[in-house]
Amino acid sequence: MGRITLTNIDRAYGKLKILHGINLDIEDGELLVLVGPSGCGKSTLLRLIAGLDQPTAGKLEIAGRDVTKVSAAERGLAMVFQSYALYPHMTVRQNLAFGLQNARMPKAEIDERIAEAARMLEIADYLDRRPGQLSGGQRQRVAIGRAVVRNPTAFLLDEPLSNLDAELRISTRAEIAALHERLATTMVYVTHDQVEAMTLADRIVVMRAGRIEQVGRPLDLYNEPANLFVAGFIGAPRMNLLPGKVKAASSSSVTVAGPGGLDLTVAADGSKLKPGDDATVGIRPHDMTIGDTKAASVEAKVTLIEALGPETVAHAQTAEGQKMVAVLSGQRLDADNATVRMLFDPDRAHLFDAEGLRVGKAAS
Amino acid sequence: MSRVAAFLTRRRGGKGWHWTDVFIWVWLIGGLLVMFGPAVWLTLSSFKTPQQLAEFPPTLMPYSTKEVMVEGYDKPLGLFTVTLPDGSTKVMAEVRRIGIVAQLVDPEAPGEIVKVNIADRQPVREMRFATENFTEPFEHFDFMQYLKNSVFVTVVATLITLLTNSMAAFALSKYQFRGRNVVLLLIVGTLMVPLSVLLVPLYSVISAVGLFDSLWGVILPTVATPTGVFLLRQYMLTIPDELIDAARMDHASEWQIYWRIILPLAAPAMAVLAIFSVVWRWNDFLWPLVVLSRKELYTLQVGLSTYAGELNVQWHFILAMTVVTMIPVVLVFIFLQRYITAGIAGSGLK
Repeated sequence: MGRITLTNIDRAYGKLKILHGINLDIEDGELLVLVGPSGCGKSTLLRLIAGLDQPTAGKLEIAGRDVTKVSAAERGLAMVFQSYALYPHMTVRQNLAFGLQNARMPKAEIDERIAEAARMLEIADYLDRRPGQLSGGQRQRVAIGRAVVRNPTAFLLDEPLSNLDAELRISTRAEIAALHERLATTMVYVTHDQVEAMTLADRIVVMRAGRIEQVGRPLDLYNEPANLFVAGFIGAPRMNLLPGKVKAASSSSVTVAGPGGLDLTVAADGSKLKPGDDATVGIRPHDMTIGDTKAASVEAKVTLIEALGPETVAHAQTAEGQKMVAVLSGQRLDADNATVRMLFDPDRAHLFDAEGLRVGKAAS
Repeated sequence: MSRVAAFLTRRRGGKGWHWTDVFIWVWLIGGLLVMFGPAVWLTLSSFKTPQQLAEFPPTLMPYSTKEVMVEGYDKPLGLFTVTLPDGSTKVMAEVRRIGIVAQLVDPEAPGEIVKVNIADRQPVREMRFATENFTEPFEHFDFMQYLKNSVFVTVVATLITLLTNSMAAFALSKYQFRGRNVVLLLIVGTLMVPLSVLLVPLYSVISAVGLFDSLWGVILPTVATPTGVFLLRQYMLTIPDELIDAARMDHASEWQIYWRIILPLAAPAMAVLAIFSVVWRWNDFLWPLVVLSRKELYTLQVGLSTYAGELNVQWHFILAMTVVTMIPVVLVFIFLQRYITAGIAGSGLK
């Protein structure tokens, strides 16, 4: 039904290449989130799927049909825009009906669909108002409603929450999740906010500079980032990435030395590494504690404490000037300005090679 | 009212007069006289009789000689204050004038005619508005026909202008195509070519396609205005592209996008162009004069020129009909000036 397949999609504006050979298979009924920093090509990719833009090369299929050259209207998709793009001169009802009228749907059915969408999204009270008379959250619902009435094969959402305030964003996020649950329609969701990505997605596609860096379920991306970029992008506060050198490597374990007296042995397949290679050790701030054991630790001076109540964010710096962030549970004001040992579990450390790729777990 | 008074009496010097206060008042009053004076003069003069128009020194208000019916005369006679040879003055009615001698009678005693040098009598004047200047052209000339032609030309030309210019502006603002800027430059560049240069080639084109001496020949060459295209394009650039994307997702054809999304949203700029177009077409003189040769096709402005004959100029009709032709333009500006300023400011056009 709503399966979308992208094969070797390229998009270039003159000599400037925006997308490089994108291959992606979006399952029917899945909520797929495209995430990445601004300018990574995620919105361009969404516009290509929508048919608002044409790829310079590659093939795009929706529900098994090649739609690469098919116009946006014929693809049976609906899109929610970042600015909502509601027609300002039409009432909410006319906004919802516009697409259905263009598809020459009988009036009775249009009314029925609008009534149902209005009930589902709770916008029935202001069907006769204009978008200018609505609040941001209400406009957002209307924009979603305009997509819902179309009964599309798939929804495309382009940063739909970025114009809402923080509180509304959280509640609308939950509503979108509920809507997806209910409609069970394929959704492609673009965002630069990794929290949205983590909470909403069935699968996340992390993009950078027109390339897909990693595709996977949210927790897989969190637990096993494929490279340094994904490691740094997913998770907040971002992962501490400590540059180091390989001291010893075998097919079952790798030992790395790094700043702050780091001397770490992890159970990883180091058969491609040799002593003296550059490597990066990644440790999530939440995986760190303060203690005084020597094993698997980094010595650093705490420069700033942010007490959030249930947890404390400690910013620290090693003697080499490497900045680190640790999230400590509880209220640890005592750590301020102290030189401490930051401990972590070697099993929860991530190892990346000189190219920034993840060094896989040892085959055991 | 008190706020108006406070506004008007506000001075930079506080209680005293700063020199800029004086300067501003002089400047504004001077500007008012320069801008508004001719219009007031025209309107007041349009109520003057031909005699008074020819009078020197001119007066501001329309006056005419007071007239009375005198027994024994069919027509009303003009009243004059006469200085009689014995030095006394008397109000008398003038029967006729021969050379420098006027023959007058006393309205009370119409039998006796007194002859006086014309320098010894002064007309008794009263303010009177010569409304016949306005009514006569409607009754005895083809003024209604001219009015009809002018309205037709103005309305049709404005409608076609709005349609074609908005289409061009839509294409130039919302479609990406090779040579878009060149096309825009070409269109805007035609602003630099004045009508007098185009007159002859345009005339041959109109004559070759058989539109000579027809109102369509007046309308069609004027409908594509570079100003209009530029004004609308600048406005349409401010309409977000996402709306068009949304419409495309909503199954809208390109025509529907233009008709149902772009046109309603460009309404403020369209209003401005409509006002401009109405004023331009209404005031057009040279081109209709060239194209139209049959009198029943004349527009108002051309028709007005027929009051100025080779031998005499009927100033009283010209002035009165000029006032009439000004009315629609003035009304447009009074009621729609809000749109004009907003639209011009919005499109960055000066």
